[in-house]
Amino acid sequence: MTPRPKMDQELVAINDKVTKMTEEVEKAIVDSIKAIKEKDMDLARAIIDNDEIIDDMDDEINEMCYMFLATQQPLASDLRYCISIMKMVTDLERIGDHCEDLAKYAVRMEREEYYKELIDLPRMADLAASMVKNAIRAFLDRDLKLARKVWRADEDVDELFRDIYEEQIGVAASDAKNARLSIMFAFVAAHLERIADYATNICEETVFSLEGAYSME
Amino acid sequence: MAEKEKKFEIRDLDLYYGTFQALKKIDIDIYEKDITALIGPSGCGKSTFLRTLNRMNDLVEGCRIEGSILFDGEDIYGKDYDLIDLRKRAGMVFQKPNPFPKTIYENITYGPKIHGEKNKDKLDKIVEKTLREVGLWEEVKDRLNKSAIGLSGGQQQRLCIARCLSVEPEVILMDEPTSALDPVATTKIEALIQELVGKYSIIIVTHNMQQAARISNRTAFFLNGEILEIDDTEKIFTNPSNPKTEEYITGRFG
Repeated sequence: MTPRPKMDQELVAINDKVTKMTEEVEKAIVDSIKAIKEKDMDLARAIIDNDEIIDDMDDEINEMCYMFLATQQPLASDLRYCISIMKMVTDLERIGDHCEDLAKYAVRMEREEYYKELIDLPRMADLAASMVKNAIRAFLDRDLKLARKVWRADEDVDELFRDIYEEQIGVAASDAKNARLSIMFAFVAAHLERIADYATNICEETVFSLEGAYSME
Repeated sequence: MAEKEKKFEIRDLDLYYGTFQALKKIDIDIYEKDITALIGPSGCGKSTFLRTLNRMNDLVEGCRIEGSILFDGEDIYGKDYDLIDLRKRAGMVFQKPNPFPKTIYENITYGPKIHGEKNKDKLDKIVEKTLREVGLWEEVKDRLNKSAIGLSGGQQQRLCIARCLSVEPEVILMDEPTSALDPVATTKIEALIQELVGKYSIIIVTHNMQQAARISNRTAFFLNGEILEIDDTEKIFTNPSNPKTEEYITGRFG
């Protein structure tokens, strides 16, 4: 038996819930770009509906953390762990909100005729989704190396964002009929860029939780 | 941390009870007007250490000490050190409230009388001043001549602190002062300790991690007679340097 079985049980339960929430969020990222790419309105509506589930998970995990703080009175690494989780699930919840917004773009863009096949946006979405997944994996596995690696991967997302943004500005300036759509593509890219930023927050929390300081280098 | 004067400088302190070594090479400074918490599992030496600071261990048969403890620069284990004066300057509060079986008034005036104070007016003033200092005056001013034993546990402990203050000490040594008290009485004692620190240097042994975290500025972690870590309290309870400290304060051993 561990010295604090109840405490360890509660931590396991919190970790499980965080894992489930991460799966939901990761799926929302991939699906939202799929809904845009394939103009899949059922999928878009499912993402919009599902955001409530993600919000509820945020509330539930926070409540578990409050109870953990109140009943276990954690200190040192346990305290940092709990606080990091509370901040992280807020990030996950916000990523969920971005996915809901992306799904709304899918609805708005349904009737638009795309002037090109979407390649970079799905790539960006895949990168962002894997960053979120690995950021949480690094946290749950207490893997500092992975946390720092994911944190650095944000540069790739930023680069893709700059490329897409420039490209769409170019379209908006030269092709009036597609200006509206190109601006929407640029917005979609901006949402994905924000999602990757939240993943870096999660990495920073992981480092704080494990080392007691925010040092990413 | 702001630069504070050193109240105690403990150097290479070893303490033996017969052949058993209870303290090993303790080497720390304790600062003036600071609250220093001593934590660690039972039997790790923290109470023994506390008692070396006003030489209470002298009363224990077979107790032997090596190394030095400087109190304001003077070695309290030096040959000519005035023990009565030491106990006056470094008072002690114990785990269980232990008022004398006398009146409230007599509990407070006992110490000053031993130290030669006979003036009734002065003694009255000491009683009011110290009872006010511990927040007990309003509760007991109408029954100063009643037995102290009739007070509640929390009131008795505050009376013991007042008794300690009556001889104007510089240091208050507290050995788990709230472990026998309910949460309300504990809160009052903790608030009192934080008020007192403006005037006194306080060293407190506690088994309550949250209490150490709440009230102290510095915390020392004892294990098997050694101090494994001493640092700012904030650091100890959020990010200790020694893995043993971490294990202890997170309840994973001890």
